[in-house]
Amino acid sequence: MSSVKLHIDDVSLSFGGIKALQHISFDVREGEIVSVIGPNGAGKTSLINSINGFYKPQSGRILFGGRDITKLPPYKRAQLGISRTFQNIALYTNMTALDNLMAARHLHMKSNMLTGALFIGPAQREEIEHRVIVEEIIEFLEMEAIRKSIVGTLSYGLRKRVELGRALALEPELLLLDEPMAGMNQEEKEDMARFILDIHEQRRTTILLIEHDVGLVMDISNHVVALDFGQKIAEGPPAEISQNEAVIRAYLGQENG
Amino acid sequence: MSSNIRPSGVFDTTYSDDIALNRTRGEKAVSYGIVALLLLIPLLSLEGPFGISLVPQSLVGTIIRIAILVISVQGLNILTGYTGQVSLGHAAFMAVGAYSGAYLARQFGFSFWLALPTSALFTGVIGLLFGLPSLRVKGFYLSMATLAAQFIIPWTLRYPLEHISNGSRPLDVPVPDLFGINFGADGAMYYIVIPLAMALSLAARNISRTRTGRAMISIRDNDLAAELLGINVFSYKLQAFFVSAVYAGIAGCLMAFHTNNISLEFFAPQVSIELLAMLIIGGAGFPLGPMFGVAFVILLTQNVIPALVPSLYSALPSLLPFLAPVNVFAALNPLLFGLALMIFLIVEPRGLAYRWEILKISWKIRPFSY
Repeated sequence: MSSVKLHIDDVSLSFGGIKALQHISFDVREGEIVSVIGPNGAGKTSLINSINGFYKPQSGRILFGGRDITKLPPYKRAQLGISRTFQNIALYTNMTALDNLMAARHLHMKSNMLTGALFIGPAQREEIEHRVIVEEIIEFLEMEAIRKSIVGTLSYGLRKRVELGRALALEPELLLLDEPMAGMNQEEKEDMARFILDIHEQRRTTILLIEHDVGLVMDISNHVVALDFGQKIAEGPPAEISQNEAVIRAYLGQENG
Repeated sequence: MSSNIRPSGVFDTTYSDDIALNRTRGEKAVSYGIVALLLLIPLLSLEGPFGISLVPQSLVGTIIRIAILVISVQGLNILTGYTGQVSLGHAAFMAVGAYSGAYLARQFGFSFWLALPTSALFTGVIGLLFGLPSLRVKGFYLSMATLAAQFIIPWTLRYPLEHISNGSRPLDVPVPDLFGINFGADGAMYYIVIPLAMALSLAARNISRTRTGRAMISIRDNDLAAELLGINVFSYKLQAFFVSAVYAGIAGCLMAFHTNNISLEFFAPQVSIELLAMLIIGGAGFPLGPMFGVAFVILLTQNVIPALVPSLYSALPSLLPFLAPVNVFAALNPLLFGLALMIFLIVEPRGLAYRWEILKISWKIRPFSY
């Protein structure tokens, strides 16, 4: 069994009277694809936002690679190797796709205001060095044709893809994907699923995925966590979860009679 | 954008070609040509070594004024255009640069060459101080915080620091001097200001296309995503405030040594608004925005509007008979400027630099429109 990459330990989060997460605990092992499923408002995005540092849980701990990150600000968590995409695309709208990816190389680059202002020398060398890495991702995600398009002008599906590229450019150890296939047609969904599997296979990235398409989730994940009303209702391998009564009830409603 | 569209037959084979500012020989020729032309102008004026009057002497002074304001607006572009933090206190930072430069020269006998970087750095630190509220507030509320700088700084200069600033009276600034060459004459000052404006504009351009600049633009476009993807948002906001104030400080200090006589009225609140207007008219977030904006506004306020005012003034009684023309004469200037700004905000809110990009693209893809 591989080691635990992310350990969620009894995490609770509430906004005023709304209990978004109640005593959630589970593990994500290194190299796994773990999916979080649940109906709307179950707390899936709140969970990712807590792992990411955007929300601060009132109790519980989050351990990443054995280190307690519960109190770290978001950008420090990114430095440790946590990267993400957003449910409602959050790209840098006025930049080109290429610049969006280059911006995500921030953590791996060193140049500062002074060397940048001079450009010739270290800054230029660094630009080229990281451009090579970014171009690999562009090729991997098949977005050569749009590299210099302003992302605000791209279609929804392509923007989702640029966002995935941006998350990858961070070279994360843990990738949080918040509904990467929401609002896509079947073809786009399959493309995205293929990319996710390729990332997992070629880069050995640990992935935590939120997705509504249960069929797809069952196909690609190693482990599934089901949430409902902020509580964990089930956890296990996909085959088990698809038979789980609590999950079926949460998705389809209580049978009357 | 135009970087996406190349002249036919031009292919980049290396990444360094792809990120070069001048990609083709033609582009290079145009860039160097403009630099050479600008450096030639004072030589061709009456005060130049040849004594020929190809260029009117007043043009040299106008270009210096434009260049000084370009430096200032470049700073504002970094803060407002790239980082997205609207500042209404930029003129106050220019005042800090001007008065600290003047003080160092008058009190401690600093030469211009030492006073310039010292006052620039000092202004940067003051800028940093007024950038601190950006940790907690953003958008409209941050603009209000920067507006505070616009009131606190001139007030501090006028009253508590009256012995430095000479209060509301103008303050004399010594004439800069290098190896015995006196820089008081416009022609000589030109060769300090223009190369500096070029170097600082290039520096701003380079910042915008490397790591720091991308972090700043990320913050402008989506500060939340930037934070979650590893950018220390507050640190970069502060850096933007610092460098923007440094630019303002340099511009203020140059202004002091160029005019040799400064007064707090040069840095009044409406100057901050004008600087912001220049940036918006030129194109906020575009490297060429400050140049376009400053040149356009200076031409508009100093040449076009003065030419229009007399005829408008004489036509007023028939147009608006209920107005006593004497009452509105003083208001005609700002009125026309405000009108021009309004037209710009409606017709092309992205500014002249954006128009320029469009123009370049349509020139490259002619005769087709797609």
